[in-house]
Amino acid sequence: MQAFTIYSSVVIWGFHVGDMLVQLFFFALLLFLVKKFAWGPVMNMMKKREEYVANEIEAAEKSRKDAEKAAKEAADQLKQTKLEAQKIIEDAKTAGVKQEQDIIESARQEADRIKKAAQEEIQNEKEKALQALQDQVASLSVLIASKVIEKELSAQDQEKLINDYIKEVGEER
Amino acid sequence: MDHGAPIVHDVFGISWLDFNLSNVFMIIVTSLIVFVLSVLGARKLQMKPTGAQNVMEWILDFVKGIVNDTMDWKTGKLFLPLALTLFSYILVGNMLGVVTNGVYENSTWWKSPTADPGLTLTLAAMVIVLSHFYGIKLRGGKEYIKDYFRPLPFLFPIKLIEEFANTLTLGLRLFGNLYAGEVLLALLVGLTSSGVLGFIGGAIPFLAWQGFSVFIGGIQAFIFTMLSMVYISHKVSEEH
Repeated sequence: MQAFTIYSSVVIWGFHVGDMLVQLFFFALLLFLVKKFAWGPVMNMMKKREEYVANEIEAAEKSRKDAEKAAKEAADQLKQTKLEAQKIIEDAKTAGVKQEQDIIESARQEADRIKKAAQEEIQNEKEKALQALQDQVASLSVLIASKVIEKELSAQDQEKLINDYIKEVGEER
Repeated sequence: MDHGAPIVHDVFGISWLDFNLSNVFMIIVTSLIVFVLSVLGARKLQMKPTGAQNVMEWILDFVKGIVNDTMDWKTGKLFLPLALTLFSYILVGNMLGVVTNGVYENSTWWKSPTADPGLTLTLAAMVIVLSHFYGIKLRGGKEYIKDYFRPLPFLFPIKLIEEFANTLTLGLRLFGNLYAGEVLLALLVGLTSSGVLGFIGGAIPFLAWQGFSVFIGGIQAFIFTMLSMVYISHKVSEEH
């Protein structure tokens, strides 16, 4: 029995050229088939995914750059706008100041003009009044004089009066 | 192991052409299983992998790692399909023998195809021949011949012996591990089915050994693929 066991064991794994040929043929066939139908497509898919991921990363990088650029642009624009606004405010301020000065100036000029006109008018009136007064005084004095003369003017007195008057006139001149 | 093998002698009247029909049968079964599993796994490929595709990609990455460890990827990608097929074929072949051994009409029909020295040596010889072929194809005949005299010319005989030793060890390592596993499993089956006491004594070691055989099957598939790639890289790589 023991001998038989050893004998059949040997028989079980003896070398057979046919087996080897079959093994070679089927292994080659299997290699070809799984490469074509299984591993090939899987490898392609993995490669495709790799490319896809790479593309996605690239796209993400690009959009990040774009976003950065846009943000920078926006910041620049904001800055510029701020500057412009400040300039406008400043302009408005200077314009306001100028306008204020203009108004004050014109008011002052107007006031001056009014004052001058008033003064002139006053002067006129004064002169007019003086003139009137003078006229009145002259006529009055003549009236008084005539009255006085009418009353008691001797020849002596008249002469004296005339002399006095002449003297007075002479002094005045 | 006290069953014979279904051997057919002198097919077509050719004196050296013998077939062990169980081997032929198991080769076909293993190839068929590998093919069907691979194709099923590669069905419905998507950008976002799910289910079987994940397993396929994991295996692919695993084998890719083996190839990458031994040579640079530029030449290595040429051998990826070979490594994948070797790995899956040997793994499935190993597992088939662990699951069960089938006996029909006093002949062992169902066993690991990798538990036969003829078949493992065929695979090993194929790998070695391929390594020589690609060594010449990728680096030119001059470099290929020169390699036998590197690093020192007097090592040439040893280099020559190395080629045969590589073939033998590569094939027989796989065969030895698997055959030993099957012999022990068969002995334990005999013990377990011999009686109540035998069952009590044999069941637990049987389970343990079966688990260990699964482990060995995986390890041996890995080692065979790894060493195949190492031998090929020795021939196709510029420096080593």
